[in-house]
Amino acid sequence: MSAFFVVLFAFLAGVEGILDEFQFHQPIVAAALIGLANGHLMEGVVLGGTLQLIALGWFNVGAAVAPDAALASVISAYLVTGPAQVDVHTGIAVAIPLAVAGQVLTIFVRTLTVALAHTADRYAEKGSLRGVEMVHVLALIIQGLRIAIPTMIVMAVGAGPVRDALGAIPKVITGGLGVAGGFIVVVGYGMVISMMATPQLWPFFFLGFALSAVTQLNLIAMGIIGVVIALLYLQLSPEFNGRGGGSSNGGSSNGGDPIDDILNNY
Amino acid sequence: MADNEKKLTKRDLITVWWRSFFLQGSWNYERMQNLGWAYAMIPAIRRLYKTKEERIDALKRHLEFFNTHPYLASPILGVELALEEQRANGADINDETINGVKVGMMGPLAGVGDPVFWATIRPVLGAFCASLALAQNVLAPIIFFVVWNAIRMGFLWYTQSFGYKQGVNITQDLSGGMLPKITQGASILGMFVLGVLVPRWTTMNFVLEVSKVKNQAANVVDLNKLTDAANNGKLHVDQVRNVIDQVVAGKTVDTFKVTTLQDTLNSLLPGLAPLLLLLIVLWLLKRKVNPIWIIFGLFIVGILGYWAGILG
Repeated sequence: MSAFFVVLFAFLAGVEGILDEFQFHQPIVAAALIGLANGHLMEGVVLGGTLQLIALGWFNVGAAVAPDAALASVISAYLVTGPAQVDVHTGIAVAIPLAVAGQVLTIFVRTLTVALAHTADRYAEKGSLRGVEMVHVLALIIQGLRIAIPTMIVMAVGAGPVRDALGAIPKVITGGLGVAGGFIVVVGYGMVISMMATPQLWPFFFLGFALSAVTQLNLIAMGIIGVVIALLYLQLSPEFNGRGGGSSNGGSSNGGDPIDDILNNY
Repeated sequence: MADNEKKLTKRDLITVWWRSFFLQGSWNYERMQNLGWAYAMIPAIRRLYKTKEERIDALKRHLEFFNTHPYLASPILGVELALEEQRANGADINDETINGVKVGMMGPLAGVGDPVFWATIRPVLGAFCASLALAQNVLAPIIFFVVWNAIRMGFLWYTQSFGYKQGVNITQDLSGGMLPKITQGASILGMFVLGVLVPRWTTMNFVLEVSKVKNQAANVVDLNKLTDAANNGKLHVDQVRNVIDQVVAGKTVDTFKVTTLQDTLNSLLPGLAPLLLLLIVLWLLKRKVNPIWIIFGLFIVGILGYWAGILG
């Protein structure tokens, strides 16, 4: 029974790995679901939280494919919460190579889908709406199987061999991996930052860093400070105030007040 | 005339909205989201075009190359629904217009979606929920899932309806100042929060001993008397009270005062090491080093540091 749900959640994670809508592939959700299926919810939640921090910056931009959170979180969660009962540090260490493997699989499926797009063209020639729909759904199912099948393979091999293999890793490696697990998140932060950073934005990063390093303010207070700073910037920056409201045709813009515009329109 | 007018029903709009969740299902390297886009448009094609020729044409023009941020496809869908509706009713809207609007909107909108959704909302929500999860709170994944999907579904529906209502005007509207403001505001918040996270949720502990000095006897609590008394079975409550008083007065129980490298770093600025590591990572990313190799490299640093007794 739990095996069925593990495979089901693995499938959902695979589907979401490409869709990026419901977020079943995000470690915090996927690991918790796999943990739930195995009856070890809490281990899944904790592993998911740790992996989530590592995967903060893993997202696809344009045609570039990011490391695959789906395969990494599903299989490492299965190893931690399933019969193998691997500890969380080892689970994290296993997740990274899996993210690479998943990335390769995604690229493979995305190439395969080129052929499916041409199949859809042939249905379009016949005016078959149903046919086009079916091809699309088929492609989506293949993306789900991309995670479900490797998961089934790990399950079929069994807990024993997996645990033995992981148990054979020397203490220096596991201890070292645990240490590295503490700071590996900087790569996640780095990927997010390298995508958004502009010279204008860097001061806000250092402001957040300094406040956080030396004060005890919690995250909610920090969030409020961040929002206030962002609103102040929009309000005061000449970049957004110089041209007034004239350039906007349809909105309920009342002139020069950007905060009002934001609040009114959203 | 009114009898013949073709109109999309509310139900059609809802179906398109639901189908837009599956936009990327058949993502491929040739035309990317093209098939997913057609899949989302099919309910409208079914409603508006009844002859086979019309349907073939409609399918073909919606199977062209398309790629944007999956959530920002919704306002484009809304506009295209309005255009197709007018076209089905005889308006002079050709294939070029329909594809031109699609292609014209997808670039700028993708540029908004990536920083707002992937680089700000998800990392912030993810980091917040991850901290709950690490504190063993079962609500963490539920909060993440519910909040994210509420934002997403609301956004998709609102922007699709907005696009549908605005029709062609939307292109001008979106360039009218709102989007740059939202993007800029979200980026500021995102960078600020990332700055907050770096020292909080990065663990680097340099356990290497920098110095080890013997504490002056006057500053160390004398536990020997207490131990002797306990061993001889003559322990008195006053002796215990005396020891506690000495500790409260600021005396130490350790014979040696050990300073680790971490203590030294903390006296400069807590979180300094993670910040430096982050800057190195950023430099590597800028040189197009694959993030996965950086992660592998950091694992090796962790293993070597642990082996050498520097990190713990």
